[in-house]
Amino acid sequence: MTNKVVALGALLVALVLGAAAAAGAQEPPTTTTTAPGGTTETTLAGQPSPTGESVRGTMFYNDENDEKVLVADVEVRIDDAAGNEIATVTTDEEGVFQVALPGPGSYTATIDPDTLPDGISMRDKDRLTLSFDMSTGQTRNLLYPLQSGEGGGRSSSSFFDRALRLLVEGIRFGLIIAMCAIGLSLIYGTTGLTNFAHGEMVTFGAIVAWVFNVTWHWPFIASAIIAILISIAMGFGLDRFFWRPLRNRGTGLIAMLVIAIGLGLLVRYMFQFQFGGFNEAYRQYTLQKGLKFGPVTIVPRDLIGMGLSILVLVGVATFLQKTRMGKAMRAVADNKDLAESSGIDVDRVIGFVWASGAGLAALGGILQGLSEQVSFQMGFQLLLLMFAGVTLGGLGTAYGALVGSLVVGMAMELSSLWIPTEFKTVVALSILIIVLLVRPQGILGQAERVG
Amino acid sequence: MNWTRIFDNSLSAAIRPNAIIFAISAIGLNVHFGYTGLLNFGQVGFLAIGGYGAAISVLQWNFPLWLGWLFGLFCAMCWALLLGYPTLRLRADYLAIVTIAAGEIFRLSVMAPSFREVTGGSDGLSGFNNDWRSLNPLPDGEYGIGFLKFSAAETWSILVGWTLVLLSVLLVYLLIRSPWGRVLKAIREDEDAVRALGKNVFAYKMQSLVLGGCLGALAGIYFVTQQASVVPSNYSTAQTFFAYVCLILGGTARIWGPVIGSMIFWAIITFTDNFLRQAIDAGYISGSLLDPNQVGQVRLMLVGLGLILLLVFRPQGILGDRRELMLEAR
Repeated sequence: MTNKVVALGALLVALVLGAAAAAGAQEPPTTTTTAPGGTTETTLAGQPSPTGESVRGTMFYNDENDEKVLVADVEVRIDDAAGNEIATVTTDEEGVFQVALPGPGSYTATIDPDTLPDGISMRDKDRLTLSFDMSTGQTRNLLYPLQSGEGGGRSSSSFFDRALRLLVEGIRFGLIIAMCAIGLSLIYGTTGLTNFAHGEMVTFGAIVAWVFNVTWHWPFIASAIIAILISIAMGFGLDRFFWRPLRNRGTGLIAMLVIAIGLGLLVRYMFQFQFGGFNEAYRQYTLQKGLKFGPVTIVPRDLIGMGLSILVLVGVATFLQKTRMGKAMRAVADNKDLAESSGIDVDRVIGFVWASGAGLAALGGILQGLSEQVSFQMGFQLLLLMFAGVTLGGLGTAYGALVGSLVVGMAMELSSLWIPTEFKTVVALSILIIVLLVRPQGILGQAERVG
Repeated sequence: MNWTRIFDNSLSAAIRPNAIIFAISAIGLNVHFGYTGLLNFGQVGFLAIGGYGAAISVLQWNFPLWLGWLFGLFCAMCWALLLGYPTLRLRADYLAIVTIAAGEIFRLSVMAPSFREVTGGSDGLSGFNNDWRSLNPLPDGEYGIGFLKFSAAETWSILVGWTLVLLSVLLVYLLIRSPWGRVLKAIREDEDAVRALGKNVFAYKMQSLVLGGCLGALAGIYFVTQQASVVPSNYSTAQTFFAYVCLILGGTARIWGPVIGSMIFWAIITFTDNFLRQAIDAGYISGSLLDPNQVGQVRLMLVGLGLILLLVFRPQGILGDRRELMLEAR
């Protein structure tokens, strides 16, 4: 049995590395962009690096549609502590500048405000000159949030218009979370495993599609379909050759949970290893003109993505409600032993759940990669939001995951009406905690008293 | 390749501050996970709370450093109460999700530009540990045993750190041997049975969460003090899993498990790190196969792989006792 476990681990590794090797092949590891709310760095305490110290920064502002615009050709001067100029650089078309520094110590980075495009200024005037300390081997990211207009920041559109725009964005994001989270919820329901590696299934789909689309120049839609099929096969294989042997061995749920964490960590950094630590876009549909519906502007790819998500989610609901397999899935989630004794092949059902969950996660990842960008930790960043959605709706129920995820998506976007956008994720995770405090079984879950 | 240097570095990594930090936070996790069966996946949040609590109180309110340390511990206690109250009555995985989420909430909040005045944003804070340096009684120079050599400042950090580790071990040893500790273990084995005996399981779990969380905060406070700065990027969720690897490697529910585990973990990690980098420099591994920048990722991959292999093949770790292991239960 253990041989099998090892064999399938090796198989999985080979598959991932193979796919990602192609991704890495044409990737010059030079630039990084920092997502506005996200993080790019995983720094270990005191990690030694012989690669020398360097500083990089990203310049961007949000236009009136809240789209991120990267600013090129801004001049930045780096001085050391004594005021000697180290270098003067300008940002490239991705709004990024990077300077290798001579060694550890204190430095300052100063922006030349005259080189900023007309009508663009620093959101925070004090940040024109930034001081920072470099320790040995450190790479530092500086963030320069800019704004259009001299002050006030926000465009003049009315509160209602903005709310409407954010609502649409929230629904889009919520639908994506829902698609990814349904698999998470069903896996939990049927096997009891809290799959901490589910985010990596999302990333897997997005990256495989990216490799087909960008590296091998397939058309995007074909790449997406292939990626989803590969993900379905991967999900099935993962259960058949990894999780099922573990279950049959009698591995406890808690042990499996920690194994899932290990698997997630392994796969996530394998992605980074091959794919690099930065964000990439698909080859097609990246630049689209927005369609205007009253105050709301939406790019066609998002519109189609939302339509597709709704279609798929309705399909999943119908499937669960009407088909034999769907009923079997719900039966196993409800009571595994009873389902088994009434003649349902539980292992087959679980295999099916893994396969479909992986397929849905891949689709979610591809859509998210299309409207934002593909990165090695996009899935992990979604994972906590999925947990929030699933918990909010009720752990283990498919419909609960749907409702909960939509609420999380909308709450995240609408929150930026009142508080800064950097707190979006904080809002979602806080909802999670508050729900547990008030209604631990979630919106659709059934109360179950423990203690 | 300079093998002496590699072994030198690996051995000294086993006693350097990193090993100390992960030993103490894994001791905290041992109280949670090993003895009580609580799934705390946000230990890094406790480290961050402790570190920021100490740094901010010293910088903002001019607390002396020792009071800052106490304040950091106090913050961690409040954090544990806050997280434990909604989740400890629920199934085990809720605590897991909430702690991991809370750690992220804290990290994202201290990084947010809106709080830069207080938290220093993504640049973090520094300049709060003057007391620490002036307390150092060691005159300048090199100290060490055999071929392991450390500067005076490092030696001071290492001495204080290992004293803290030993005190933590002693504290946990005494507590777990006490009737209180036996109740914790009983909760791990069968919560309902303990409840049937009339014990307030919720209160015991909460006490365990606070104790382990404060140990995590102690590790965090020590970390920022010896490093002289506190930076949000040090508190990614992966750090918690490192502590789990240390704990499971050494042996869950064993007094010395987390300490041994952390020492071995850092020795192995430093060894692979140094080995790979030197092999690249010497040309044994071609640069196209492995970029020096990718060595850090290899290390994280190894941690993931290590977790999987440990739990599949030797869930009791080095010192562990398979019978005393909640991993197998349920």
